[in-house]
Amino acid sequence: MSEHAEGAAGSGPSHRAVEAGVAIAIGIFAAIVIYGSIKVGTGWGAEGPKAGFFPFYVGIAILISSVVNLGLVLLSKEPDHLFAEWSQLRMVMSVVIPTAIYVGFIPFIGIYIPSMILIGFFMRWLGKYGVPMIAAVAIGVPVAFFIVFERWFLVPLPKGPVEYWLGF
Amino acid sequence: MFEDIGNLFQGFSVALQPFNIGVMFLGIILGVIIGVLPGLGGANGVAILLPLTFSMSPTSAIIMLSCIYWGALFGGAITSILFNIPGEPWSVATTFDGHPMAQKGKAGEALTAAFTSSFVGALFAVIMITLVAPLVAKFALKFGPAEQFSVYFLAFCSFVGMSKEPPFKTVASMFIGFALAAVGLDTMTGQLRLTFGFEPLLGGFDFLIAVIGLFGIGEILLTIEEGLAFKGGKARINLKVVIQTWKELPKYWVTSLRSCLIGVWMGISPAGATPASFMSYGIAKRTSKTGHKFGTGEIEGVVAPETAAHAAGTAALLPMLALGVPGSPTAAVLLGGLLIWGLQPGPLLFVEQKEFVWGLIASMYLGNVVGLIVVLTCVPLFAAILRIPFSIIAPVILVICAIGAYTVHNSVFDVVMMLVFGVLGYILKKTNYPLAPLVLAIVLGDKAEENFRQSLLASQGGLSIFWSNGLVSTIMALGLIALFWPLIGAAWSRLRPAPASA
Amino acid sequence: MDRQKTKNVQLREKNAMTRTISSLSLTAVAAASALCLLTSAPAQAAWEPTRPVEFIIPAGTGGGADQMARTIQGIITKHNLMKQPMVVINKSGGAGGEGFLDVKNASGNPHKIVITLSNLFTTPLATGIPFNWKDLTPVAMLALDEFVLWVNAEKPYKTATEYVEAAKAANGAFKMGGTGSKQEDQIVTEAIQKSSGAKFIYIPQRGGGAVAVQLVGNHIDSSVNNPIEAVAQWRGGALRPLCVFDSKPLPYADKIADGKSWGDIPTCKSQGLDVEYLMLRGIFMPKGVTQEQVDFYIDLFKKVRETPEWKTLMNEGAFNTTFMTGAEYAKWVENEEKRHADLMKDAGFLANQ
Repeated sequence: MSEHAEGAAGSGPSHRAVEAGVAIAIGIFAAIVIYGSIKVGTGWGAEGPKAGFFPFYVGIAILISSVVNLGLVLLSKEPDHLFAEWSQLRMVMSVVIPTAIYVGFIPFIGIYIPSMILIGFFMRWLGKYGVPMIAAVAIGVPVAFFIVFERWFLVPLPKGPVEYWLGF
Repeated sequence: MFEDIGNLFQGFSVALQPFNIGVMFLGIILGVIIGVLPGLGGANGVAILLPLTFSMSPTSAIIMLSCIYWGALFGGAITSILFNIPGEPWSVATTFDGHPMAQKGKAGEALTAAFTSSFVGALFAVIMITLVAPLVAKFALKFGPAEQFSVYFLAFCSFVGMSKEPPFKTVASMFIGFALAAVGLDTMTGQLRLTFGFEPLLGGFDFLIAVIGLFGIGEILLTIEEGLAFKGGKARINLKVVIQTWKELPKYWVTSLRSCLIGVWMGISPAGATPASFMSYGIAKRTSKTGHKFGTGEIEGVVAPETAAHAAGTAALLPMLALGVPGSPTAAVLLGGLLIWGLQPGPLLFVEQKEFVWGLIASMYLGNVVGLIVVLTCVPLFAAILRIPFSIIAPVILVICAIGAYTVHNSVFDVVMMLVFGVLGYILKKTNYPLAPLVLAIVLGDKAEENFRQSLLASQGGLSIFWSNGLVSTIMALGLIALFWPLIGAAWSRLRPAPASA
Repeated sequence: MDRQKTKNVQLREKNAMTRTISSLSLTAVAAASALCLLTSAPAQAAWEPTRPVEFIIPAGTGGGADQMARTIQGIITKHNLMKQPMVVINKSGGAGGEGFLDVKNASGNPHKIVITLSNLFTTPLATGIPFNWKDLTPVAMLALDEFVLWVNAEKPYKTATEYVEAAKAANGAFKMGGTGSKQEDQIVTEAIQKSSGAKFIYIPQRGGGAVAVQLVGNHIDSSVNNPIEAVAQWRGGALRPLCVFDSKPLPYADKIADGKSWGDIPTCKSQGLDVEYLMLRGIFMPKGVTQEQVDFYIDLFKKVRETPEWKTLMNEGAFNTTFMTGAEYAKWVENEEKRHADLMKDAGFLANQ
């Protein structure tokens, strides 16, 4: 998947550094799992294995494999290459950050209005569409979802003050 | 036997009433919509639409609901292939080769193969139900906790040990899945674990959240990184593609038949469609001549999981009718429906409610034919979705993913987790961690653990329960063979240095 | 149109009648308005939902609570008992804790109701999830679910006494299956052990249907399934009921299997097994709602109880159809909570024990 990054002219984080980071993060995750398992008991109780028995050994297995993976990365003799160029990562972040903001708004103003803004933002930013087109898609799609979910299937989605004010 | 065939024709005449045919089309279309929208699963969809059917006769009602179910089974494949987002748990394995096919511009072929295989699987299962229903129903009763565990064990073994990724990354990925599956309430002790007093974690991690994030959002991020377009926009969008794909499919009849058998078995046992699809994909990959190419867009890699999933989904209805035991969550909801219509599922249903049972079985045949017609005529339409510019479709997919994640538990926290899994999916994929074992472990992890511990409780700690009878021993042995297949294969080829030109 | 209006007015009239004791003057007003058909709404117009009502189920799809809630939703839709739609939502995480917390956090929201089972008491006690029934407003008890001791029909035990003797002789090797851990089924099992001296291995399963099938497949020796979970297997001749955990036999005389009806099952007490347990199937609302809003739902469920579909469900599942509201209901819930706390304390099921 990542061959295209090899030998690319631009600069960016090294693949090895990211690999090491991932291995360490997985190790930390394993530690949390082990800690949580010990809290509920890892032994063999009156009801057979206790709640933490299984996750405890799962945590140990993750920890061991993350240590091995980290070792393999650090000892690797292969030439390092780029994980991705900064410009590529910037593109990725430019999706992640607006989406994170979008998700952050859902509990407060519902899902419909942020969806309209998200779709409008992407169409303007990536597609350079004109206002009528943007308005049609950005309003049309969430309204269609509203009809399908709230009206047909009676599945309530998060709604905010605007929807409340409209009486839904 | 002859009486049964007479009953079946009686059933056809009921199912073929114009009203019931109309109900069938409506059900299939609603089902496809439900299958396409991630989060709105078959169980969910049937539950939501159940009240609609109270004013119908029981036979029309069950025709409508089972058609919603078939529609959802068909529909799950669509987003898996087009956008790498499995709308249903059992379509995860369909993404492995279906999405690469779409990226190569063969979305139409992939969709046709998926729909046709689904149809074949379902048809096989319905024929099984028609012919051997009472016999098969008894078989389902043999599955206690130890037998159930052995089935999950087999599912894991036939799927693991074959990935190209570094082994320790595979292990890490799978065990992360197990750990995530363990979060929440431990059914065996009624204790909370790994929640650290954080309320949104009470419900644990639903597999759909992880899948929508890892596969769906992760895919969008990878696409963004590599340029701003979905590959595969040049997919042919006319109906000829259906005929051409059909010419190719008979080649895979062995895979098809094997997947049918796996599916029917898993549906009855009742482990369900999801392990069936994974198991079938894993075995097909090992036994196929082109197994090494699986994952790059092999049509056989679409045929195997889809056939098995649909066969299992259909066969799961059998224990429900014959025993009153749901083989899947959707079947559980349908079961509730039976009670409301004044029918009692169970051993006597076949005797007391002949018209209903055979009407339902007839509608399984007809519903799948109707379903196949509906989805195949829509193949060009679905494939054309890939031509919508990325800047429009990408945010719409983000919104669909968010809605899907939310509807699983009606929780905004799940939407946050979806995004986290999305970023995680992007990083893990780029650092060569396989995602499939993680997903498999989330789906089956807690059930496997539960059955393992139930078995140990019953045996008071003795592991010998997993070898205590012919059935469980056979399945465990199959699992071990599957696990050590690479070694066995290597030994085999050493014994016979010149493999017969297979 | 006129007819529609009359119907509405009459409906309101009915509401009013059930609500007030001195209904005479009110009825007169309502009747007058029904006659002239000019006034749009009487001054005492009852509260009605203004948006879709969320019906929370603190359990998974397909279980007993789920079935009941979806039947209610169907009845309300079919008989047009409410103008706004009713939306059923399953929140089963943390043994239902997820659903209860959702209602607890919706204080003052009159468009949310929750159906409860025994996990209303057991979940906070066994898991320590910060929640108590006092965080909710009791609306109505719909019914009580019975518990029956079941064995496989191939087994020789014809009475509970015989079965208990066999379990004692087996020296703790008998397996009792049940739904979940530290919930109603295990509490009943504990009570049986305490009362009889026999010991069982309790094996938790995901749901009542699964328990019944494990019993049919002989993977467990007995269960304490609710009637509705096992009735199909009884009719099919695969299971046999031994006794019912209630103070008197069930009032249902329709023959189910072997020429026996629910009413023919003896009480466990008469078999020397002094255990009684009934499970609440009731409705609660969030805190901070007005009496008017509670009254709307009480009235709604009264209408639901009058429908033939509801009666079929009650018959099918041999439910105890006690109906309670208001202070009486709250008092009952309070007693029940104490009883559960005691039972669970004795069994060692409390989270902080």
